[in-house]
Amino acid sequence: MNLTLKVWRQPSKSAEGSIQTYEAKDVSPDMSFLEMIDVVNDTLMEQGQEPIAFEHDCREGICGACSMVINGVAHGPNKATTTCQLYMRHFKSGETIYIEPWRAAAFPVLKDLIVDRSAFDRIQQAGGYISINTGCAPDAHTTQVEKDAADAAMSAAECIGCGACVAACKNASAMLFVAAKVSHLGLLPHGQAERKTRVLGMVEQMDDEGFGACTNYGECEAVCPKSISTRYISRLNRDYLTASISSEI
Amino acid sequence: MTHLDAREPAGQLEDKWDSFRFDEKLLSPSNKRKFRILVVGTGLAGGGAAATLAEQGYDVYCFSHHDSPRRAHSVAAQGGINAAKNYQEDGDSVFRLFYDTIKGGDFRSRESNVYRLAQVSSNIIDQCVAQGVPFTREYGGLLANRSFGGAQVSRTFYCRGQTGQQLLLGAYAALNRQIARGGGRKGGVTMFYRRELLDIVTVEGQARGIVVRDMVTGQIERYAGHAVVLATGGYSNVFYLSTNAMGSNATAAWRAHRRGAMFANPCYTQIHPTCIPVAGEHQSKLTLMSESLRNDGRIWAPKRKGETRRARDIPESERDYYLERKYPSFGNLAPRDIASRAAKEACDEGRGVGPGGRGVYLDFADAINRLGKDAISERYGNLFEMYQRITGENPYETPFRIYPAPHYTMGGLWVDYHCMTTIPGLFAIGEANFSDHGANRLGASALMQGLADGYFVLPATIMPYLAGQKLSAVDESHPAFKDIEGQVNQRVEKLLAVKGKRSVASFHRELGRLLWTKCGLAREKKALTEAISEVKALRGEFWENVSVPGSSGSLNQALEEAFRVADYMELGELLCRDALDREESCGAHLRTEHQTDDGEAVRDDEDYCYSAAWDWKDEDTPQELVKEELVFESVKLATRSYK
Ligand SMILES: Cc1cc2nc3c(=O)[nH]c(=O)nc-3n(C[C@H](O)[C@H](O)[C@H](O)COP(=O)(O)OP(=O)(O)OC[C@H]3O[C@@H](n4cnc5c(N)ncnc54)[C@H](O)[C@@H]3O)c2cc1C
Ligand code: FES
Repeated sequence: MNLTLKVWRQPSKSAEGSIQTYEAKDVSPDMSFLEMIDVVNDTLMEQGQEPIAFEHDCREGICGACSMVINGVAHGPNKATTTCQLYMRHFKSGETIYIEPWRAAAFPVLKDLIVDRSAFDRIQQAGGYISINTGCAPDAHTTQVEKDAADAAMSAAECIGCGACVAACKNASAMLFVAAKVSHLGLLPHGQAERKTRVLGMVEQMDDEGFGACTNYGECEAVCPKSISTRYISRLNRDYLTASISSEI
Repeated sequence: MTHLDAREPAGQLEDKWDSFRFDEKLLSPSNKRKFRILVVGTGLAGGGAAATLAEQGYDVYCFSHHDSPRRAHSVAAQGGINAAKNYQEDGDSVFRLFYDTIKGGDFRSRESNVYRLAQVSSNIIDQCVAQGVPFTREYGGLLANRSFGGAQVSRTFYCRGQTGQQLLLGAYAALNRQIARGGGRKGGVTMFYRRELLDIVTVEGQARGIVVRDMVTGQIERYAGHAVVLATGGYSNVFYLSTNAMGSNATAAWRAHRRGAMFANPCYTQIHPTCIPVAGEHQSKLTLMSESLRNDGRIWAPKRKGETRRARDIPESERDYYLERKYPSFGNLAPRDIASRAAKEACDEGRGVGPGGRGVYLDFADAINRLGKDAISERYGNLFEMYQRITGENPYETPFRIYPAPHYTMGGLWVDYHCMTTIPGLFAIGEANFSDHGANRLGASALMQGLADGYFVLPATIMPYLAGQKLSAVDESHPAFKDIEGQVNQRVEKLLAVKGKRSVASFHRELGRLLWTKCGLAREKKALTEAISEVKALRGEFWENVSVPGSSGSLNQALEEAFRVADYMELGELLCRDALDREESCGAHLRTEHQTDDGEAVRDDEDYCYSAAWDWKDEDTPQELVKEELVFESVKLATRSYK
């Protein structure tokens, strides 16, 4: 099939960006979306032009690097699917596809479709861990963990840190991300000692980074490639409230 | 001729690690602060090491080409991590894990290293659980286990199908805790994101620093330290198509090799039996379907050549469950090398399925009948979904199609018992070294090795190096840095100046195809000899006709790729030379000249019971082969049998 691509090109963080048009010819339905762009890039390079810069690595939906807004939707039309796992069989020949980077004040564009997501790292550094030095741990079977709690923790921990939740949110809020991180550790017995400082620290950092407030649009869950539930946001709010009240004592 | 000393501690196998730890020179916490350690890589090995070293008080600088430590390729591991916990009371023990690993590696690894790995395996699980890694649990609240290839006990711990991700998040959290301390004088880790290592700096023969490129600004930067740790992963991407992430590269290891670190056993490359087959020319990488699927799935090929019926229409009597037939005691859980070759054989005989006839079936029909769809979906749901997303086929209804793909590299930088390379002060851990898996790695053992090296081994073995001598004061203004930086800049300019007609990827694809055909699943003399000259020719063309647009002073992905492919062009040649030199079959390395009539590998312990370490000479002189003879005192060299 043949497609027309309208792609955001921006040479650097400080430069102006604009939409450029490219033709993608002879696209096979078995190509992934990124492989389709690879082919376009190969042609550009053969002509001595700079390829479209985009972030990607594992290409199997787990590293969280890929990040494209496709026809206005973060990661494109398929539910629970990262950009790299989107296949061209879901598009029709002759279609025009708009491809843009994540847009959020806290995620500045570095080049073309690549944005800076280091704000997520800084949020995690503000408390997203359990303080245990290597070598100090007791035998793993010392603490039993209820299967339900372990499963719920794992469902939160599946977050790949891609930032689609932020990109999809009208307020560019990072609540789903932070909720997933806080809940993963907060649901486990091992994470209780630092539960309060963790939630306070991470929420404060989130605010400092310039992410917006959550007003319950629910767009984040809709685009999340791991289908992380907004119920974790409710949990985060409860945790935050409890921590704020008790920390005042 | 150069002599290799593995510096193994004396004494009984069981006592070596303890006696090493007792005998080593110690550094007090206040002294540790004075040592800066440069850790390159933030996967399980690097992330674990950087965090642990900082906890112990060292001044740690950590580097990654990723935008975040959490994206290191370890994130992609699916199936699980081994440990000799014997929680299932099924007869497991440190010795059994040690023995399985030695045997799985076809008796081509160092006993003392492997034993230590098995010894620390238990602590890894304890550490991870305490960090909040959400391992899958039983209803009673205890940890669950599954089985992996090459083992008859259940010792694999897992987090659904995302074990690597969860273990990495654990190491990342530990690392974040150290980054949060502020780094430098405040203690902890100073983290450098989006930095690509492009060279190693040695002063007076010791590793004292690195030269990196800031991948956003293009700036070339120098960093000096008292020791350098490479935790930069494996080189499967030399084959272009592999299960590794697109950014996985051999540049760090290769640049170290060119500065004097010997490269060992490059031909030990693991081809994983269960990957989604290639769909077309555009293919950019291959997706692994976790080996854990072989716990419940049955592998088969049609008995008839050129079969055209759909899988479901082929009656039982016309299916060949070839692994169960050939290896009744291990069946579908035969080790990877054996399972991969058996799949290739079936396809070579014309019994392959799917496009191009390069595929066999992995069938869950029996398991679904026996356990129900829900149970299967709970165990493997995400893998089934991933397969359907990629192929458009539903594996609950029609069997998976699978084919072997390059996956893991047992070869890597030669290291001694201390994980130190042949450059003093340069250490290599995780997949980047060659240490523990011999000629074939067992499933769920790479995560184990990465974390063992990172959390427990390296932090202990680096201490005697630092404590044992007075290192001269060296900082970034030392002339050696200027010299190496100059060489790096020249290389950048040279790549940009070619201004040829072919994309970097097109060269990489061609190199990969060449190596896969001539130095892949089965190797023979004639093809290897041809491959060596073809790789050379391709390398020549690369430097004359590659197109690297853009400038050096900005974010330039074509340039990043070009550095990596240029190094693969050199590594590819050594891979073939090593394969040519090893006139025996062992583990993942099958020389067609050395096999039994029914296709089983024939090892030659008389002549090849050694690790092959290659010593770099110069641009025009081929590397010299240096042998580390392997001595087996605790196990008997035996022919591997999984029948
Ligand atoms: C799809 C897949 C599934 C797997 N499943 C399993 C499994 O179930 N069980 C198991 O035991 N093993 C598994 N493995 C193998 C295992 O995941 C890897 O061997 C292991 O994670 C490697 O860890 P590492 O820390 O050595 O390197 P990596 O995780 O690869 O990390 C390398 C690090 O080095 C950095 N780096 C590399 N080059 C440079 C450079 N030039 N400059 C700067 N930084 C650099 C990267 O940024 C990264 O941080 C799997 C592998 C794959 C591909
Ligand atoms: S490239 Fe890793 S999630 Fe898409």
